[in-house]
Amino acid sequence: MSTFSSSLTAAFSLVTGMDPLLLDVVLRSLAVSASACLIASSLGLLLGAWIGVSRFRGRGVVLALLNTALALPSVVVGLVVYLLLSRSGPLGFLGWLFSFKAMVFAQSVLVLPVVVALVRQTIEDADNNHGEQFSSLGAAPFMRSLILLWDQRYALLTVLVAAFGRAISEVGAVMIVGGNIDGFTRVMTTSIALETSKGDLPMALALGMVLLGVVLLLNGLINVVKRVVAAQ
Amino acid sequence: MTQLFNLQSASVQFGSVRALIDCDLSISVGERVAFIGSNGSGKSTMLRVLHGLLAPSTGVLSVKAFAAQAMLFQRPYMLRASVLHNIALGLWLRGQSWAAAKDQALQALTRVGLTALATRNAKALSIGQQQRVALARAWAVKPQVMLLDEPTASLDPSAKHEVERLIAEFADSGMTLIFSSHNLGQVKRLASRVIYLEQGRVVADLPTYDFFNGPLPVAAENFLKGELG
Repeated sequence: MSTFSSSLTAAFSLVTGMDPLLLDVVLRSLAVSASACLIASSLGLLLGAWIGVSRFRGRGVVLALLNTALALPSVVVGLVVYLLLSRSGPLGFLGWLFSFKAMVFAQSVLVLPVVVALVRQTIEDADNNHGEQFSSLGAAPFMRSLILLWDQRYALLTVLVAAFGRAISEVGAVMIVGGNIDGFTRVMTTSIALETSKGDLPMALALGMVLLGVVLLLNGLINVVKRVVAAQ
Repeated sequence: MTQLFNLQSASVQFGSVRALIDCDLSISVGERVAFIGSNGSGKSTMLRVLHGLLAPSTGVLSVKAFAAQAMLFQRPYMLRASVLHNIALGLWLRGQSWAAAKDQALQALTRVGLTALATRNAKALSIGQQQRVALARAWAVKPQVMLLDEPTASLDPSAKHEVERLIAEFADSGMTLIFSSHNLGQVKRLASRVIYLEQGRVVADLPTYDFFNGPLPVAAENFLKGELG
């Protein structure tokens, strides 16, 4: 049997047997990425919607920076957050480095531009098409952004899934600010990197399968929601 | 008659395109004004300027008397919400409590004969029904001036008839009506005054009877010939 197939078989048994080590890493990953998405979405939905309906001097520059931030390498985010949180950094007093909070912070920074940029585009398109009608009803720009945010809620679910996908699949930032400490800051992606380098391919594959499964499950849920809405 | 709008030398420019050029006109309370003209003549831009959605690039718009306005768009947009909530939103945005807004929205729905659809998803309605809901939404705010941008353009004959009947009823109640249309029959039925626009300029501004029976500038004459065959 090839290494791949034997590793795959072993990985299956780890997943189906709910291996405690595997479960620990998976749950931590989900918690870190879900927290980061929650924080980034809380800010990003409002900010993206506001930029989508607002017209101000320098908006073009803001959009260019925002689109550039979409391609932020996670290691760069990790490095910047590391410098911020390190003992001599401006946020060093928090004592968050190599902790769960540091990983959430780094992933929030990483995901925020994704949420803002995609929400901005969705809301701006909707505003260009229908914004005047809400202005006609008496909605000021900020209120218009909130109405459009609510109206586009199902389209925006896809944005949140994309953000979660970006967060849970990144490795550089959490590796740098979390330190991949066993039982403390080890998450799926850092664990996959570690287990692969150690030669423990079944564990690495099992984690990879769970990672894919989580994203697949989320996409499935979104599709179900969209179909239910479309059928109404 | 009390003057509602007074537009002086108003122009609107979008980039290199001049949508309105040096337009002068005034509209008084109770008038039923129709803007006609070919596509791109500036009808929709004119309505948007009068409604305050668009500021003239040059020139002045004076709104002489305070009057509540509502506008009906050619393709009304419905929120992904119930019909009742779509109507109540406009009232809530104008300062009513949500409960009072829903009560008044229900009255508006009764007015346009769509009470049975109150709880339906507004997005799932036919275009004709959506246009009637939009009329109810506009009427609900008790406007003194209603602006309508080709209100029946995308409707089938039955829906067209129904929407036109409602507009006529609103106008009969004393509301000032300002609309654009390609339907000259509708213009004859609803308007007391016709303003013909061509390439952003006011070419003719006449009482309806005079517009259809009297001498016209050549451009307007040609337009009428083309439309009436």
